[in-house]
Amino acid sequence: MARITAGLTTSHIPAVGAAIDLGKTQEPYWKPVFAGYEFGRRWIAEHRPDVVILVYNDHASAFSLELIPTFAIGCAESFQPADEGWGPRPVPVVQGHPELAWHIAQSAILDEFDMTIVNRMDVDHGLTVPLSLLFGQPQAWPVKVIPLAVNVVQYPPPTGNRCWNLGRAIRKAVESFDDNLKVMVWGTGGMSHQLQGPRAGFINKEFDARFLDGLTKDPQALVKIPHVDYVREAGSEGIELVMWLVMRGALDERAREVHRFYHVPASNTAVGHIILENP
Amino acid sequence: MNTYNEAFRDIPGTTVFDATQSRLGYHLNMFCMSLMKDENRKAFRADESGYLRHFPMTDAQRQAVIDRDYNRMISLGGNIYFLAKIGATDGFSFQNLASKMTGVPEEDYRAMMIAGGRPPKGNRSKTDPAR
Repeated sequence: MARITAGLTTSHIPAVGAAIDLGKTQEPYWKPVFAGYEFGRRWIAEHRPDVVILVYNDHASAFSLELIPTFAIGCAESFQPADEGWGPRPVPVVQGHPELAWHIAQSAILDEFDMTIVNRMDVDHGLTVPLSLLFGQPQAWPVKVIPLAVNVVQYPPPTGNRCWNLGRAIRKAVESFDDNLKVMVWGTGGMSHQLQGPRAGFINKEFDARFLDGLTKDPQALVKIPHVDYVREAGSEGIELVMWLVMRGALDERAREVHRFYHVPASNTAVGHIILENP
Repeated sequence: MNTYNEAFRDIPGTTVFDATQSRLGYHLNMFCMSLMKDENRKAFRADESGYLRHFPMTDAQRQAVIDRDYNRMISLGGNIYFLAKIGATDGFSFQNLASKMTGVPEEDYRAMMIAGGRPPKGNRSKTDPAR
């Protein structure tokens, strides 16, 4: 039977991907950011999953305003890195796990989550930057990836509570899959940041610290945070943090924090990274 | 529903991309989306006004694009993730766009971020006494 062994969260800042792609990780500005992921890179080499369910948001790459799915699950064999206006990132093609992805889609839909099934989807920095941070620059990604895209661009995004419950449905689905797979769930995006308008550059270290604490110890409190509080306290793009709750909902309530990293800034954003292991 | 949308209006310097903004900005954002293709980026760079005529946008939206006035584009329904494709076409980073939207030189914006970013104090609410 498949099982969820661990979860992690990480920011997915595009400039971090560019720093990796352009060989700038040892520059003074970037060095502390990448140092914060050294533990995670060792950890994942020791606890290599077979499949990562990677919760992220598309940034007007695969989905324009023509079609805006709230929860979209990638069921394809593979996913190409998207051209986001600069040409695609020079990273490997992402290999999916269609059998598990379809199983999760069916299980979640019968559990009353109206998932959008996607068979063709280019994946942008939201998905590829976390892979680069944890796996570096391999010829091929060492894991299969099931992309789970959450709309946080067009309001309203799903509530934190809905994201949490989707995580629970994903756990139930994974645990009813016959193959003996080790599965991780990654929640990406955040932490506090604002990219738009005169308030751009907004950062709230106190909010971020409370969110990181709550993620491990009291996720039920985070689940209740309304959208307006994310925008007010974590900046307009801080709303991405609802995606971390999918990860947390998929893990055991007693999950143990094994690593935490926080750094300001990477470009416009507060970097947050946490690793939780299931008991 | 209205209470939901109204609640965001108290947050300074922020436009939430809700149904109203999305309807207003549909064609502006779809123009931005066209810049995902290299051939379209080249066509836009070669003749901006001519390229913009292919999209049923308002004249005000077209002018805001030509002026690279990102705050104006946002007020006319642009969403930052779509608008960033104009910045990418121009060869600019997100941080450069942020400096334009906040009206400070890029070095100053970058220094503010290195110093910890724009603080919550005075920036949570339009009625915040620290403003």
